[in-house]
Amino acid sequence: MKFPKHLLSVEDLSRENAITILDTASELARVSDGSIKKLPTLRGRAIVNLFYEDSTRTRISFETAAKRLSADVINFSAKGSSVSKGESLKDTALTLQAMGADAVIIRHPSSGAPQRLAEAGWIKGPVINAGDGTHQHPTQALLDAFTIRNRFGEVGKGLDGVKIAIIGDILHSRVARSNVFLASILGAEVTLISPPTLLPVGIENWPAKIRYRIDDHINDFDVVMPLRIQRERMHEGFFPTEREFSRHFGVNQDRLAKMKSSGVILHPGPMNRGVEIDALSADSDRSLIVNQVTNGVFVRMAVLYLLLAGVNQGLGES
Amino acid sequence: MSSKMSFTNAVDVDGKALEFTVVGDRITEWSTNSGSRKPTLGDVKSDEVIDLGGMTVVPSFVDLHTHLREPGKEDAETVLSGSRAAVKGGFGAISAMPNTNPVADTAGVVEQVHSLGVEAELCDVFPIGAVTVGQQGERLAEILAMAESRAKVRIFSDDGHCVADPVLMRRALEYVKIFDGVIAQHAQEPHLTRGAQMNESEVSARLGLKGWPAVAEEAIIARDVLLADHVQSRLHVCHVSTAGSVEIIRWAKTRGINVTAEVTPHHLLLTEDLASTYDPVFKVNPPLRSARDVEVLREGLADGTIDIIATDHAPHPDESKDCEWDAAAFGMTGLETALSISYKAMVESGLMTFARLIDSLTMKPAQIGGYTDHASPLKEGSFASFTVIDNQRRWHVDREKSLSRSRNTPFHGLELGCYVHDVMYRGSWVLRAGTVTR
Repeated sequence: MKFPKHLLSVEDLSRENAITILDTASELARVSDGSIKKLPTLRGRAIVNLFYEDSTRTRISFETAAKRLSADVINFSAKGSSVSKGESLKDTALTLQAMGADAVIIRHPSSGAPQRLAEAGWIKGPVINAGDGTHQHPTQALLDAFTIRNRFGEVGKGLDGVKIAIIGDILHSRVARSNVFLASILGAEVTLISPPTLLPVGIENWPAKIRYRIDDHINDFDVVMPLRIQRERMHEGFFPTEREFSRHFGVNQDRLAKMKSSGVILHPGPMNRGVEIDALSADSDRSLIVNQVTNGVFVRMAVLYLLLAGVNQGLGES
Repeated sequence: MSSKMSFTNAVDVDGKALEFTVVGDRITEWSTNSGSRKPTLGDVKSDEVIDLGGMTVVPSFVDLHTHLREPGKEDAETVLSGSRAAVKGGFGAISAMPNTNPVADTAGVVEQVHSLGVEAELCDVFPIGAVTVGQQGERLAEILAMAESRAKVRIFSDDGHCVADPVLMRRALEYVKIFDGVIAQHAQEPHLTRGAQMNESEVSARLGLKGWPAVAEEAIIARDVLLADHVQSRLHVCHVSTAGSVEIIRWAKTRGINVTAEVTPHHLLLTEDLASTYDPVFKVNPPLRSARDVEVLREGLADGTIDIIATDHAPHPDESKDCEWDAAAFGMTGLETALSISYKAMVESGLMTFARLIDSLTMKPAQIGGYTDHASPLKEGSFASFTVIDNQRRWHVDREKSLSRSRNTPFHGLELGCYVHDVMYRGSWVLRAGTVTR
């Protein structure tokens, strides 16, 4: 089964592609349990982390993943963009290409910037989207799916029948978009819970149920995933106060208690403790938030491996 | 002593055999027939007899919405380069929108643009004046000064921006009654469209691009037609882009409200799905909309709810388009492809006859703008300003061959019909066999 050349959106992946990534991540996790954490697979390859948005966590996660595959990592923290009249994306890309980048991992505030990079002919190697505007964050969705599968599924399978609730600012969330579409191709049932102001036009056609309240159905869900809500949204009239948002849409102790006992909490991070999730819930033993971070490295290793090594069987081959 | 040119073997807009003569800058004889008898011309010998090979002769086109960028953004376009692009597209008159730098909100700037057009000597350039100072929407510009300047401005617009303050819009509509002028509104409620990138729909939701909802256009048009009615003035609506806007304008016309409307060729053909490429060549304001909007716009032009086609030719230098979507400028060039794209959308689809299409590109815009030299059919006594079209010939759009200084056409690579072969401007050739003469 053919892998796409780039990973720009989860919509580029088939169900088989997605399961292969998760299975590869499982294998990499197993290998990492041993004493040797590094594999020689991508030795000699130069991978660039082209980050136009501050993101220590994702960048370090990708950097760790690349280094564990023995690749050379170049971190390019671009200040300014075409918008602020810094060096244009095109010029940066051409420069990186000229310096011999084999692959570019890009995080950018503009939706579609990775696609432009991939399709405008400025970069020759694979482009991996580490989050573009409000569009997609494919590796986040993959690590979320991996985390969920480790708890509710098994290697070789998808997420069939798992019930997932994503709560909060769907409108502005690339994580929500990636999770909805990935979860649905893996067979999970997604419910989106949000005030109508934070749901995009046309959402009725997404593969998800829509609800405006949490409490009626909270015990249905195997996974509850609150999204970070930005304070700026309050000033734009999306909701009146943080207090109202937190009270009606926040994951807190009371709601945690109503969840089924096997239910878990995920969060893409960074969290606004006290707003979309309270500290007790975030730190409870039902929270897999720390697991997500660990799993992020394995999933990103899997993605780099599958896109760059060109094989999808047998690890440790360079 | 002016030379006399005789033209034979031509066809008029209705397909009738045509022969005519030009002396100096006027048409001195115009002879058509629909029967088999060949028309005869006067006995006076011609200096030149030109066989037009069966091609169609129509009045040269009139654009009520052109961005010439001069003064201030000459890297994108100048009055001269824009005029050359216009001529290549078959236009004999263009209307320069005032969102230049400085803004054309004084007699001085409109006279400058007017002079540049006269100097270019390729087509008539009619400056449009700003409605408000600096197009900031706070206070009226010196509209009367611009109307009485050498540029004789009749159309006023803040295009690029909406005249959003309802009181200011009311005042502007009242004020232009002094000289039978018209306010051309760019209908875009600013608060509803802050940061907007493309049409608000399922597509924008999926692509993660901030939406520009149709209601932001429709609500302003609804308000403005009622204002125009209340103060008994004329309103022109720029670049109508939604089905709802067409319905509101239709309703207004049935109420006898004095409103006219324009649609661009690109809104008659292209839809929002093109944004999935994230290629900013498709980024425009108002944005490309849904297939249903395109359908209703076409019906609106066919039934006269929308009066005219206007290009909204918006040139931008490469660096403003060769980037990520959010960072890119809004706009598409359109002068050179206007006829062929409109023909494809309206005539090839069977919605309009060729003659009616030409009307919507020539006399009707001239009537709205008050451009008397262009407002009547070609006949004896008219200015010799006409366009010769080869209806059969197909051609390819090549952005590298743009006469505009800018290359941001969304139609690159398309194969189209209806080729503009020649253009005569006030008795002089400005386009011959597809090449601009100067």
